[in-house]
Amino acid sequence: MLEQILALLPQVVFDGFILGFVYAMVALGYTMVYGVLELINFAHSEIFMIGAVVGVEVFRYLAPQVGNGFVLLFLALVLGGVVAGITAILVERFAYRPLRKRGTTNRLVPLITAIGVSFILQDLVRLVEGLWHNEFFLRMRTVQDLEGSVELFGGAIFAQTKSFILMGVSILMLLGLTYLVNRTKLGVAIRAVAQDLSTASLMGIDPDRIISRTFLIGGSLGGVAGVLFALQYTTITPYVGFLPGLKAFTAAVLGGIGNIPGAMLGGLVLGQLENFFGTYLPILTNGNFGTEYKDVVAFLILILILLLRPQGLLGQVVKEKV
Amino acid sequence: MSALATLLSLAFLGLAYLAPGPLANLVGLVALGTTAFLRLSPEARTLNLALLTLAFTLGLVRSGNTLGLIGLVGILVALTTLPRIPTWIRGLLGLAILLLSVPMAGFANTFIFELGIQIGIYAAMALGLNVVVGMAGLLDLGYAAFFAVGAYTWAIFGSEQARNFLAGNFPLPGEYMYLFMLIAIVTTALTGLLIGLPALRLRGDYLAIVTLGLGEVVRILANNLDHPINFTNGPQGITPIQRPPIDWFRELMGALGVRLDQTTDYQLFFYLLVLLMIGLVVLVNLNLANSRFGRAWVAIREDEIAARSMGIPLLPTKLLAFMTGAAFSGVMGVIFAAQRTFVSPESFTLLASITILGMVILGGMGSIPGAILGAAALTILNLDILKTFSEFVRTSLPQIPSQVDPAKYERLVFGLILVLMMIFRPEGLIPEKRHKAEMEEA
Repeated sequence: MLEQILALLPQVVFDGFILGFVYAMVALGYTMVYGVLELINFAHSEIFMIGAVVGVEVFRYLAPQVGNGFVLLFLALVLGGVVAGITAILVERFAYRPLRKRGTTNRLVPLITAIGVSFILQDLVRLVEGLWHNEFFLRMRTVQDLEGSVELFGGAIFAQTKSFILMGVSILMLLGLTYLVNRTKLGVAIRAVAQDLSTASLMGIDPDRIISRTFLIGGSLGGVAGVLFALQYTTITPYVGFLPGLKAFTAAVLGGIGNIPGAMLGGLVLGQLENFFGTYLPILTNGNFGTEYKDVVAFLILILILLLRPQGLLGQVVKEKV
Repeated sequence: MSALATLLSLAFLGLAYLAPGPLANLVGLVALGTTAFLRLSPEARTLNLALLTLAFTLGLVRSGNTLGLIGLVGILVALTTLPRIPTWIRGLLGLAILLLSVPMAGFANTFIFELGIQIGIYAAMALGLNVVVGMAGLLDLGYAAFFAVGAYTWAIFGSEQARNFLAGNFPLPGEYMYLFMLIAIVTTALTGLLIGLPALRLRGDYLAIVTLGLGEVVRILANNLDHPINFTNGPQGITPIQRPPIDWFRELMGALGVRLDQTTDYQLFFYLLVLLMIGLVVLVNLNLANSRFGRAWVAIREDEIAARSMGIPLLPTKLLAFMTGAAFSGVMGVIFAAQRTFVSPESFTLLASITILGMVILGGMGSIPGAILGAAALTILNLDILKTFSEFVRTSLPQIPSQVDPAKYERLVFGLILVLMMIFRPEGLIPEKRHKAEMEEA
């Protein structure tokens, strides 16, 4: 059994990174919104799903026109990011801002709203796809350029071109975001609003604008992640965002919610853990407990983290204010 | 004013007799609206409500059009909320609707029974969730998990399923269902304890996510515990599940002069059983609300830190709310399993949890009549209105693609209800006094 485990290990780690980068990018959206609003933006998993659906549609319609797979993917990433980002802004403008303007102190109100928005977006996408193609089980069109594969380390790892692209794009986006948050004026403003909204507004920052930008950035990252997810895992439905979204939130909590490097780390760690258990649980239990239990593992990690180290891996302890 | 409303009611009564159907019922709903919202004297109101009850019942019996059921629910709401109606009238009309109108309509159209039973099951669960979310302010997004535990508690032992892991004479005879309603209280309360012990230490929004995750875990378990030992029979679900024998009930009804046939006997039985359960649940709810625990829950909801400094032990008090809510759901799960004689993991998804939450939110968090109204509204919407609309789209608008079936869009409807309620009326349709104050104070 040990031999079997060791033989699979390189592939498991490689696939874990693929999953981990997707989680990391989605987790950033949760963590940034939580940082500025202390809101668990449930609808973010649907922003991710919208990115994936846009990716499928771009491939469906532009693949015959655009010969080069890399150009096609670039177009899909840009469009997916833009559409998802705009959706995120709209959600903030029409669902969350009215609550903020009313000054609700009850924490349940925005959370319930977020769940509602998430359900609305799922069925709206289903409605659009239903009217458009009369189906909502979508398959990503395969493009030859992106499907090439190599075997690394003497066949220990089977790796596809699209997997390398996924990791490369993710790393670029994560670096870009780090630069944006730490080095630009917008980044300073976002951090200021996250630290203290009312003081920031006294310093000449318009919080509404910054919050809107935060949703745009988090939403576009989620959208790009969605396109890459569709490319990698190919089958997409309007309900595909729920589980990855919940896990990405777990990743954000794992890394320390509100903490940007934490979200990246949390995503990668969770991707590894989930893939690890998903592959090895059936082997270790002689098939008695199958891959299905990998979701259970993710939720148990969430609970354990919240109980044992609620500030996450990289977060700081925040005292509740009276 | 009074004359107009009464005239409308009388007109509806005539229509219900001469031309019963959707159109007549629409007139009735308008009449009900004028009775409820115009300034009328209490006497005129009482008279109108009585007339409308009679007319809706007549319409239902003669046509079986389900809009009439909405009218009856509306009258029930009016009876509980409108001021200055004599108590005995409220009680009498309410009982007449529940015990006479609905069963009579059910004999005319058995779908009314089905609706009534589903509304009842969901209303009892909404009342249970109301304790958790409304009174104690703990957002539980995995409430259907307890429903599942209750349903499977009876499903496994009330079918041949238990033979897979126990030696014994299974299925247990149907009478054991009553015993299992008690056992389900224990199993679901224990599940509540198990989930609550880690989850309730967390702050509000984390609690929501964790209960959502654990709700999914219960569903995943139900889906996959068909191997290595077959407990739940996996995605196929368990069937047939025993129902209690009801010979005594048939005899009782026969003595009362009610003739039952093969299809309506169990429906009437389960309808009355569910009514009885709602009665019990409401009583428990009222008593809890005015007890030491009820006040402690409200205190925790309003301000956790203040409540703690007043000497309320947070975790045990929250656990108690969680377990009480779970137990309500568990009992209804047993009835659900027996009534349908079939359970599968499909019935216990996140959508089910959110549906029940939507009922509580729509009616008003913490409000008992609100939870019942919410359950009635969403169940009728889900099982009746959306399906009728679907039928209409299929037959009258064939150019709409077949995948666009309104009955499949309950998420859209529930999502809209949640968002619109939170933005425009967070205290719900029938607000509880204290909650309303809290929402407005902010």
